[in-house]
Amino acid sequence: MIDKITMYIGGLVFGFGLALAGATRPEIVLSFLRLEDLGLLLVIGVALLVVLVVYQGFSRILQKPPFGEAFDVHDGFPVTRRTIVGAIIFGLGWGISGICPATSLAALGTGNWPLIFAVIGIFTGTLIYGLIRTKQPPTH
Amino acid sequence: MLETYFPLGISQYAWGGLLVGLGISIPFIFTGLVTGVSSFYTAAWSYLLKGWFFRSAWYLKSRGWKWWLVAGLISGGLLYALAYGTPPVTTVPWWRLLLGGFLVGVGARMSGGCTSGHAICGLASLEKVSLVATIIFLTTAIVVALLTEQIFI
Repeated sequence: MIDKITMYIGGLVFGFGLALAGATRPEIVLSFLRLEDLGLLLVIGVALLVVLVVYQGFSRILQKPPFGEAFDVHDGFPVTRRTIVGAIIFGLGWGISGICPATSLAALGTGNWPLIFAVIGIFTGTLIYGLIRTKQPPTH
Repeated sequence: MLETYFPLGISQYAWGGLLVGLGISIPFIFTGLVTGVSSFYTAAWSYLLKGWFFRSAWYLKSRGWKWWLVAGLISGGLLYALAYGTPPVTTVPWWRLLLGGFLVGVGARMSGGCTSGHAICGLASLEKVSLVATIIFLTTAIVVALLTEQIFI
């Protein structure tokens, strides 16, 4: 239960922050990607700094989280061809539309309703990719 | 100088970034969980589909709280609209949102994360794979956005 409550509160603050920064508006994201307004770099930079201090700090000070099994910080995943091709495909989509998985959801909350097309697109993309992978033998 | 790179000012970006960072930190401090958003979409399919990719232990274990994260994100956007008024609705054509969303969905699942998963949570976890993915998707997106500016509005 505590995982659901903290995820809801965290998501609320996260979503409010995205809306405040304008990241829920594809126009603002595209103006960053076209290097006309570097604001989004500041958003990612400040957020990363906060999360870096919290992740590294808490996982070093405490043995385990107060209400969980372990702090989920690790460097285990290998860089593969899939990582590289996947990141290129992600960048293509991001550059065409100015949307990403979190901002599309927060955008719906602000009333930016056309982002429902982005959400439908993400659901379809994850479905098709999952179906293709399912035809191949299980790997990690 | 500042107006050149930040024509809309910097305060909303700095405060927004601070809140994004705090929002991602809150669940971690209490439960150790990492707030990547893209895996929600696959975890949601796990209710309907039986393929091994959808039924990995992680999706089955995390899909319960992922709905709450999504409800939080939508509520956060709603709270902003209630406090400051509804921001302008996007004029980016629907087919670009749909196509972009599709590619973002495929790419995030293939590379193992999205903007929050790789560029914030992954980098904060000092994961090499996230550094590689972030550099590649950021560079690709900048090139695509600059090129498409000539074609689209």
